[in-house]
Amino acid sequence: MALTKDDLLKAYRLMRTIREFEERVHVEFAAGEIEGFVHLYAGEEACAVGVMLHLTKADRIASTHRGHGHCIAKGVDVPAMMAEIYGRATGSCRGKGGSMHIADLDAGMMGANGIVGGGPPLICGAALAAKVQGTRQVGVAFIGDGASNQGTTFESMNLATVWGLPAIFVAENNGYAEATAADYHIGASSLADRAEGFGMPAATVDGHDFFAVHQAADEAIRRARAGGGPSFIECQVNRYYGHYEGDAQTYRPPGEAEAARANHDCLDMFAGRVTKSAGIEREELDDIDRAVAALIDGSVSSAKADPAPAAADYLTDVYVDY
Amino acid sequence: MARTLTILQAINEALDQEMARDSSVIVMGEDVVGGSGAEGEMDAWGGPLGVTKGLYGKYGDRMLDTPITESAFIGAAVGAAASGLRPVAELMFSDFVGVCFDQIYNQAAKFRYMFGGRAETPVVVRTMYGAGLRAAAQHSQSPYSIFTHVPGLKCVMPVTPYDAKGLLIQAIRDNDPVIFFEHKGLYETEGEVPEQSYSIPFGEANVVREGNDVSIISLGLMVHRSLEAAETLAGEGIQCEVVDLRTTSPLDEDTVLESAENTGRVVVVDEAPPRCSIATDISALIAQHAFDALEAPISLVTAPHTPVPFAGVLEDQYMPDATRIAAAVRSVAGYAP
Repeated sequence: MALTKDDLLKAYRLMRTIREFEERVHVEFAAGEIEGFVHLYAGEEACAVGVMLHLTKADRIASTHRGHGHCIAKGVDVPAMMAEIYGRATGSCRGKGGSMHIADLDAGMMGANGIVGGGPPLICGAALAAKVQGTRQVGVAFIGDGASNQGTTFESMNLATVWGLPAIFVAENNGYAEATAADYHIGASSLADRAEGFGMPAATVDGHDFFAVHQAADEAIRRARAGGGPSFIECQVNRYYGHYEGDAQTYRPPGEAEAARANHDCLDMFAGRVTKSAGIEREELDDIDRAVAALIDGSVSSAKADPAPAAADYLTDVYVDY
Repeated sequence: MARTLTILQAINEALDQEMARDSSVIVMGEDVVGGSGAEGEMDAWGGPLGVTKGLYGKYGDRMLDTPITESAFIGAAVGAAASGLRPVAELMFSDFVGVCFDQIYNQAAKFRYMFGGRAETPVVVRTMYGAGLRAAAQHSQSPYSIFTHVPGLKCVMPVTPYDAKGLLIQAIRDNDPVIFFEHKGLYETEGEVPEQSYSIPFGEANVVREGNDVSIISLGLMVHRSLEAAETLAGEGIQCEVVDLRTTSPLDEDTVLESAENTGRVVVVDEAPPRCSIATDISALIAQHAFDALEAPISLVTAPHTPVPFAGVLEDQYMPDATRIAAAVRSVAGYAP
């Protein structure tokens, strides 16, 4: 898929929105404004956006603990997401889900997931529905390097191959499953090798490089839409923050995240490339930055001001209340 | 027009009629077709006991054999349910829930609530349960209380062909996840079943025998054994009211309490082990809400707190039978403070 200028500006806006969202949640969490568990996606933006630029609203994705980026890239309403993280009645899940469970089925987002490896079976189902109904929709399961070892992931890769499902497995390998290094916990030379063992085409790409992700996703999604079955993409990437907010990250070598941010940041790489060769001016990107900052500011302000759910709502949305 | 069918036939007919009515209904599971990819005949098995036999010929690609990977295909059923289909997934033995429980209790059960009421998950998990076939510890359990404990799941256990058809049709049309328990000792049980389609609402227990002396609250295969005991006891002048719960979630509290208040003497019969069980739950319900009506301590007839044994002499003791039930009823009927 050739990228138009509009595509590139959209990609930049989405990546910047994710970054700004996460940086702000980081600050608000540290200030004690946000409760619960929060896992930030900063640094990994090119993975979500490189894939999602190929998807329509009707395509489905399943996400992970680290789901904010996938939600934003898939088109979930940003102020509603922020409100959800603040536990507000106006949130994506009316305050019943929180950061780890943001979902919007109307946007094709089947949920961030609090269970490592929870998503791949669900995406087999979404892809099966597309196949049975004869649509050209696809399902994309995002997993981390941690979930790459889960039985659900292996079972789902096998099932997707057996049934020839329009499913894509995107492993965002950020080097750590919680605090344990991928070098330790993955008993294979590469995730792509494993995928090939399940009979599906696989690619390994630099997850900071939007263009590399976009290209790999293009092939995989095109193949799936054409009835060619599942594919696997490993995106090798860095996360800028800990596993969760509050993680001291003593398991990482000092300066690792800072070096990645300074030398291999997806937004810097993208901006450098498109201002050199795509006829996009830095000012256009600056305009997006300002608009995104205003969006996030507004989302935080409205989330803080929005009402909490009515106390009685703790008994609604379940079919029986004993 | 009603005919005599077995429970097995009634389940098959319910699936057939719903698949004919609604193209979004699909069936998946291990060997639900049986023969996929092999060189012999397709639909060779039609499910391990032949429950789904014949449906492949009518519905083709909507009947899906799966690898033996319960997490993947139960999860796929859940994901497909959240994506517009109405899947009926067969978890061959309910004992196998250990390898796929996450997809049921963390995913399917929670979507509607956790997503703020903005998701529906119309999936049915049909699953075999119960002892009595010398199938031993990993193919004989009655784990319905584990599912009943989970908010967001509906739990159904029919004991007649009529109920099997009507409750399964309701399960398929229901927009919440339903666990549909089929006792492996009841598939050949016969009864009258109308040819036309019909559904039975969840949460309505059945008073299958009326009586004023002692209430026997029961479920699953134990309903039949309770009726057998009640027949014997009638000959001794003890009139039992036998209640079949039919669904444990939602639970028909009113019918249970009305029966307890009517007789003041209660025996609860449950094939599962005794701790944190349906039996203890029913007992607690009555103790909380019908205490003043009680004229005797509630008696529980359950399996012991052991795995299900293999050898006949062991398994026969494990399962509550009409003799034990009748003994419990006599004791409760004769109780005087």
